[in-house]
Amino acid sequence: MAEDLVLTGVTKRFGTMTAVDELSLTVPQGSFFALLGASGCGKTTTLRMVAGLEEPSVGTIRLGDQDITALRPYRRPVNTVFQSYALFPHLDIGENIAFGLRRRGRRDVAAKVAEMLELVQLPGYEKRRPAQLSGGQQQRVALARALVNEPRVLLLDEPLGALDLKLRRQMQIELKRIQTEVGTTFLHVTHDQEEAMWMADTVAVMNEGRIEQQGAPTDIYEFPVNPFVSNFLGQSNLFAAEVAGRSGADLELTAHGARFAAPAARARSTEGRVWLGVRPEKVRLTAPGEPAPAGHNQVRGVLTDTCYAGVSTEYLLRTPWDQEMSVFSANQSAGEPLAPGTEVVAYWYPAHSFVLDRPAGSGDEVAQYAADPLGVAP
Amino acid sequence: MTAAVGAAAGAATPGGPPPVPVEAVAGRRRRRLTPYLLLLPGGLWLLLFFVVPSVQLAGTSLYDRSGSLETGYSQTFAFVNYLDAIGAYWPHLLRSAGYAGIATVICLVLGYPLAYAIAHKAGRWRTLLLVCVIAPFFTTFLVRTLAWKSILSDNGPVVGVLRAVPFVPDDFRLLATPAAVVCGLVYNFLPFMVLPLYASLERLDGRLLEAAGDLYAKPVTTFRWVTLPLSMPGVVAGTLLTFIPAAGDYINAELLGTPNQYMVGNVIDSAFLVRLDYPQAAALSFLLMATILVMVLSYVRAAGTEEVV
Amino acid sequence: MHRFWRWLADHWVLAVGLLVLAYLFLPILVVFLLSLNRPTSRLSYDLSAQWTLDYWLHPFATAGIGDALRVSVGIALVATVLATVLGTLMAFAMARHRFRGRATANVLVFLPMATPEVVLGSSLLALFVTLRVPLGFWTVVVAHVLFCLSFVVVTVKARLAGLDPRLQEAAMDLYADEWQTFRRVTLPLVLPGVAAAAMLSLSLSFDDFIITNFNSGTTVTFPMFVWGAAQRGIPREVNVIGTAVFLLAFVLVLVVQLRGRRKARVV
Repeated sequence: MAEDLVLTGVTKRFGTMTAVDELSLTVPQGSFFALLGASGCGKTTTLRMVAGLEEPSVGTIRLGDQDITALRPYRRPVNTVFQSYALFPHLDIGENIAFGLRRRGRRDVAAKVAEMLELVQLPGYEKRRPAQLSGGQQQRVALARALVNEPRVLLLDEPLGALDLKLRRQMQIELKRIQTEVGTTFLHVTHDQEEAMWMADTVAVMNEGRIEQQGAPTDIYEFPVNPFVSNFLGQSNLFAAEVAGRSGADLELTAHGARFAAPAARARSTEGRVWLGVRPEKVRLTAPGEPAPAGHNQVRGVLTDTCYAGVSTEYLLRTPWDQEMSVFSANQSAGEPLAPGTEVVAYWYPAHSFVLDRPAGSGDEVAQYAADPLGVAP
Repeated sequence: MTAAVGAAAGAATPGGPPPVPVEAVAGRRRRRLTPYLLLLPGGLWLLLFFVVPSVQLAGTSLYDRSGSLETGYSQTFAFVNYLDAIGAYWPHLLRSAGYAGIATVICLVLGYPLAYAIAHKAGRWRTLLLVCVIAPFFTTFLVRTLAWKSILSDNGPVVGVLRAVPFVPDDFRLLATPAAVVCGLVYNFLPFMVLPLYASLERLDGRLLEAAGDLYAKPVTTFRWVTLPLSMPGVVAGTLLTFIPAAGDYINAELLGTPNQYMVGNVIDSAFLVRLDYPQAAALSFLLMATILVMVLSYVRAAGTEEVV
Repeated sequence: MHRFWRWLADHWVLAVGLLVLAYLFLPILVVFLLSLNRPTSRLSYDLSAQWTLDYWLHPFATAGIGDALRVSVGIALVATVLATVLGTLMAFAMARHRFRGRATANVLVFLPMATPEVVLGSSLLALFVTLRVPLGFWTVVVAHVLFCLSFVVVTVKARLAGLDPRLQEAAMDLYADEWQTFRRVTLPLVLPGVAAAAMLSLSLSFDDFIITNFNSGTTVTFPMFVWGAAQRGIPREVNVIGTAVFLLAFVLVLVVQLRGRRKARVV
């Protein structure tokens, strides 16, 4: 893979603050790679180091077989789509897009600009001023301005953050289409987990300057590496449990006096203290008074909240050991959702469970991860 | 962010930086030198023509006053020059501080509504009004002040109107009074008040005022607790830019007043250019500076701002 | 009438502002009227009943007035160019770089603005006398650059502070090296600030009397001419020139501003 972008042991300190901590990362050529994390996790700093706008304190950045760690930004075959677009207000759209071409003395500038405007579906916009364009249009121009240089890596710094939801969806599809069309490596920084999953073929979840987990969106979602990832990418119900034994390919677990089963293949740890996890949409609820089907993991509880969200209903139930558990139920059949106060049994296939390591000292409560069970907070 | 970039570029990297190409090192050193190179010509100018003369003036203020330009001066560290100057000219110093202080307050009262109107009420006329504030500069300070002399003169329109008012004595006059001098000072330095005020009021987000209104603040309350505090840097800058030149001015006192209204500037001017008493002129200059410094510092402390420029 | 009071209630700040503006323009109106008015005696500087266009037709009739104007314009142009270049460089250093001694540089720039003109002028005179520099055109230029410099630095610095640093990063990202970034992005965006600073220098220099009075020797600038004439009766042509320069500057600034606004539309 001659053109992979490889970061090795990269650390960035600002004064005493460590923004990026010994980060190593490989972005395969031609991939759509998302760096996902909350604000302040170091993802933008990482991007800026790849762009050359910051210099790493320690570590190297290589592009193919070239070391670009200390190269000035204008010497790297890398272009950026900035968060606020950073279009030059004193130049028209045509000149904005032509900026990089002119600096490198390329020919056929006008033709290339027109072609790019075609690609981002703004043909004939050359003579407009950035201030005359809507946010979505500015975003496309910023993309065209970077792509026209045919960079080996395109960096996108929260490029859709300023757009409203509908436009965002539309641009996500568009970006994906363009990436497939031009085949350039895209390194996309975002805090929006849905956006990352929608668009990227590889997602890296970042936290406190480090990468927690990296992989295909489905792999990370289905089998997260730790409680942070399990709740940053989607939500999870996590129960403090101990491994009691093994039966065939399954682990036997005890949690709060009840027995559970989970496939050993979906366990990060096969002995001692663990978290038993399950995604809310994998869980079903029995009708009141009915028993749960055999061969399932079950938890009894009382509904405390019912939230009807159109495509699904999101339930919150309180377990006998006073933990909140969330359950998403697709609204496939007609009928009223269950009312709060109803006693129900929540059940799920053991194969949908996953098991995470629970080192001593991390407590039995899951409050720090379940503070927002309905996913209301951004 | 730039702060961080700069700091990072300047800071040594603990933990051992990776080997860096030679070209990059040279580039980094050049970038560290850049600010000094940029500052050099202007800085030299200020050093040579401002700092050096100031130091020299301090020396001159302590010369033995019995010398002259022809016979030369001897440095006797005659601090008595300062006492002599205060003894002889304390009314002028007081007058300078007083007239300039009053003029500054009036400038603030007049300038604030004007700056506010330009920043938030003028709409598309904003540029035109702003130009109007600066434009009087081009009519020449002296010519404008002479025009005031004509406006305020005994047979001018203002005095004529005022004398027609009952209870105003018939020999009422404006010219050659402290009022005329203050009026001239206000007029001449008003733009120095308006421009910084405008700059800080313009940055004020109109939505803040709406938010204050939304939170049940009456216009007066909004002004007191939102507008005024946020425009404080402009108020401070404007006050200083008005007070300082006004305190040192002597043209208004000369043209609109009489020797009874002369300010310390008049004395410095004549000591330097007419009486050729350099030590005393220098001592007076420093006394003026000291007066200004005392007033400015106490004011800045009271205003609670340290951002001046 | 009712409407008028309603307007006033809604716009009293604007009304007060306009009144203050009228106060600023009152003497200019008088200057203009005086330029059209024949005095009753040489020393009279009041309006008489006699109106004339003579002074506008022959503005340089009085000896010395044309030369003084030429000297003033020359000094203002040279001082403005020097102050604008030096001040812009300093503003860049102070707004765009962190370096040791930045606070000192700030104070050094602020102090001349905080020094009364008499003190600036007199201390410079003392320096020139000590160094035996003959007073004249160039000593006045030196003095004018000195007091314009600080105003340029402050004005350009403010413009630079309002500039999004990401624009420069974007330029660098798009293959512009440091010089090209400056030339193609920073400079065009700062230019309105530089122009405003230059305009300010021009007006400050053209207008200055006090500092010039100390350092001009036998060179007579326009304000110096007016000062000298004030003792023996001011020729009314002075008012013609005052009005004309005012109108010229006003139109010039307005045209530049309006063109700039149409071109940029940044907001």
